[in-house]
Amino acid sequence: MDFVHQLVQQLINGVSLGSIYALIALGYTMIYGIIKLINFAHGDVYMVGAYIGFAAVTIGNLPILPALLISMALTACLGMLVERIAYKPLRHAPRISLLITAIGVSFFLEYTSMYFVTPTPRTFPEVMPNISFNLGGFIINGQQLLILSITIILMAVLTYIVQKTKLGKAMRAASFDTETAQLMGVDSDKVISMTFCIGSALAAAAGVLVGVYYNTIDPLMGIMPGLKAFVAAVLGGIGILPGAVVGGIVLGVVEALVAGFLSSTFRDAAAFAILILVLLIKPSGLFGKNTNEKV
Amino acid sequence: MFFSKKKFKLASMIACGILASALFTGCGGEQGSSGGEKKAAGDEIVIGSNFELTGNVAQYGANANNGLKLAIKEINDAGGVNGKKIKIVEADAKSEAAEAVNAATKLISDEKVVAIIGPAVTANVIAESQVATDNMVPVIGPAATNPDVTVENGQVKPYIFRACFIDPQQSEVMAQFAAKDLNAKTAVLYLDSSSDYSKSLGKIFKEKFEADGGKVVMEEAFLAKDQDFKAALTKIQTANADVIFVPAYYEEVGKIVKQARELGITAAILGTDGWDDSKVIDIAGKDALNNTYFCTHYFEGDAEVQNFINAYKGEYKTDPNVFAALGYDAGKMLVNAIERGGEDGQKIRDNIETIKDLQVGTGKITMDAATHNPIKGIVVIETKDGVRSLRTKIAPEG
Repeated sequence: MDFVHQLVQQLINGVSLGSIYALIALGYTMIYGIIKLINFAHGDVYMVGAYIGFAAVTIGNLPILPALLISMALTACLGMLVERIAYKPLRHAPRISLLITAIGVSFFLEYTSMYFVTPTPRTFPEVMPNISFNLGGFIINGQQLLILSITIILMAVLTYIVQKTKLGKAMRAASFDTETAQLMGVDSDKVISMTFCIGSALAAAAGVLVGVYYNTIDPLMGIMPGLKAFVAAVLGGIGILPGAVVGGIVLGVVEALVAGFLSSTFRDAAAFAILILVLLIKPSGLFGKNTNEKV
Repeated sequence: MFFSKKKFKLASMIACGILASALFTGCGGEQGSSGGEKKAAGDEIVIGSNFELTGNVAQYGANANNGLKLAIKEINDAGGVNGKKIKIVEADAKSEAAEAVNAATKLISDEKVVAIIGPAVTANVIAESQVATDNMVPVIGPAATNPDVTVENGQVKPYIFRACFIDPQQSEVMAQFAAKDLNAKTAVLYLDSSSDYSKSLGKIFKEKFEADGGKVVMEEAFLAKDQDFKAALTKIQTANADVIFVPAYYEEVGKIVKQARELGITAAILGTDGWDDSKVIDIAGKDALNNTYFCTHYFEGDAEVQNFINAYKGEYKTDPNVFAALGYDAGKMLVNAIERGGEDGQKIRDNIETIKDLQVGTGKITMDAATHNPIKGIVVIETKDGVRSLRTKIAPEG
C-alpha cells in the first residue's frame, strides 16, 4: 500500500471517528452556550442513551430507527431531570459549584447504571446489515456513512432551531444574558430545560449509533468520548454549533493521522495537546471571535 | 504519610487485639495464636472476597467473585466443612491498588477473615500482599498471571498464591505456536499500553519469537476502552506480517478483530487468556474470528470441565468466562485447604502449599511450593465459524 493510498484511508478512518465526537460535542457546546456549564455528565448521558437503545432493540424487539427515537426521547427526559434536580438549585451559585456537581452527576450515572446493568459489556445484536464498500482499494463502511449523515442532518436541524425559531431566539437571548432575557419576558428556566432536552437527545443518538457501529456498550463507555468531545467543542469554539462539528471531525482526523504515521501511543496525547494549544493560542476556538472577558 | 498512618492504625488494632486475647486467654485456656487470633464464631468459618466490584475492571472482578461464590455455595449446600459453614464477606477493591489494600485491611482487622480470595487484577493483588503477609492471612489471586505476584526479590511470598499459570508461559506457548505451527516469519505486536499484563506478554513474545528465528516488524499500541482501532490497523496492514499478536482483554480484542477484518487484514491474529470469553464472538462476529488462536486455562469442550460449566449456568443463567472459572478454582483450593484441617491463616497457608492432584473447575492442579504457582496445562484454542475447538494442549511441566 503506497503512501497516498494509506493517507486517504486514514482520512476516511478519521472522518468516521470524528463524526461521533462531533455528535457528542454538539450537546456539550449547546449546554455550555446557554448556562456556561461544562457538563461533565454529558458522556454518561450518552452511555444511558446507548443502554436505552439496547433495551429497546433486545427487550422490545424494535428495529433500529424506532429504538433510536425512543432512546432520544427518554434520554431527553433524563437530561431535563438532571438539570432540574442537580443544576437548577445552583443557578446563582459560583460556577465552580456547578462544575463539581456535574462531576458528581457523572459518577452517579456511571455507578447507578453499573449497579443495574452490571459492569459486563453488552453486545448489540446486528440490527442493520454491515456493508463495506471497496472503492478502488479504499474501504468505507455503510455504518460510517450513516453516522456521518446523521451528524450532519442533526447539526442542520439544530442550526435551524437556534437561528430561525422562537425557541432558538430565546436560547440565543438567554445565552447572551440570562437575567436581561428574563426581564424581557423570556422564560429562562424553560429555555435551559429545553437545551438539556435537545442536548441529551443528541447524546442518546450518538450512544445508540456507537453501540451499533462498534458493537459493545458498557457503563463506563462515556468517559473517554466525553473528554474527546469536550476537546472537540473547545477546538471548534465552545458554544458554537458548526464549530463542534468541525472540531469533532478535525480531532478525529488528527488522531487517525497521528496513529497512522507517527505512533498509536501518541494518539491520545495529540488529542489533549490540541486542547492545550487551543487554550493557549486561541481560547475562543476555530470559529470563535476573540472577545475581551467582561469584568 | 498516608501509609504510615494506616500502618499505625493497623498496628494499634493488632496491639489491642493481642491485649484483648491475653485477657481472655487468662481465664479461657489456650485459643488463638500470636498476632491474628480468629473469631471462632461457633459454626462459621469467615473468608474474605476482595474483588473489583466497581471501577474500570469491575467486569473481571465481578465474574471472579461469582465463580468464588458458586464454589462456596456448593460446599455449604453439601453440609459445609467439618460441620461448619463457610461465610464469605465481600469487600470492593474498586479497581484501584490503594482501595484493594483498604479492603484487605478491613477484611483482616474488622471481619477477622482466615483467608482472602482476590483481587482479579495483578496490580491489586501485589498491592494487598504486604498487609496480608503482615497479618499472616493467606491470599489466593485467581487470575493474577504476572510472575511478581507470588515472588519478591527472588523469594516466594509465603502467604500469596495464585490459581493460574504465569504470563511467560503464555507468551512462550504462543510464540512457539506462531513459529512452528503457523510457520510465521514476521509478527506485529498490538498491545494495550494501559496494561502491564499486555506489555509484559508482548515483551516475552518478542524475545521468544525472535529466538525461534522470526522477526517482530512493528509494534503498535492502544488503550483499554478504546472503540476505534482502524487508524492503527491501517498502519499494521502495511507491515504485511504473517501474524498479529494481541495480548489483551476480550472487549477490545473483539473490536480489534472485527475492524481488522473489515479493513481486509487476513493474517492470523493470536492472543492470550484475556480473549477467553464467549462475548468475543458476539462482538467480532463469526467470520471475523476465522484464523485466530489464543491460549487459555481450559477448553470448554473438555469432559472434566463440564461439571463446572453446568453448575455455573444453573446458578447464573449465563456461560462462565475465564475469570469466573479461575475464581471458582481459587474457591475450591481454599475449601480443600480448610477441609484438611485448616481453620486459621497459618494452617490454611500450609495446606494450600501442599495441594496435590486436586480436581477443580478447570482440571487437576498441584501447587508448586517453590513458586506458589499451580502446575497446570495450557490449551491453544482455534475459533472457526464461531465455534471453538482445541488446537493443541500443552501438558503441565514436571
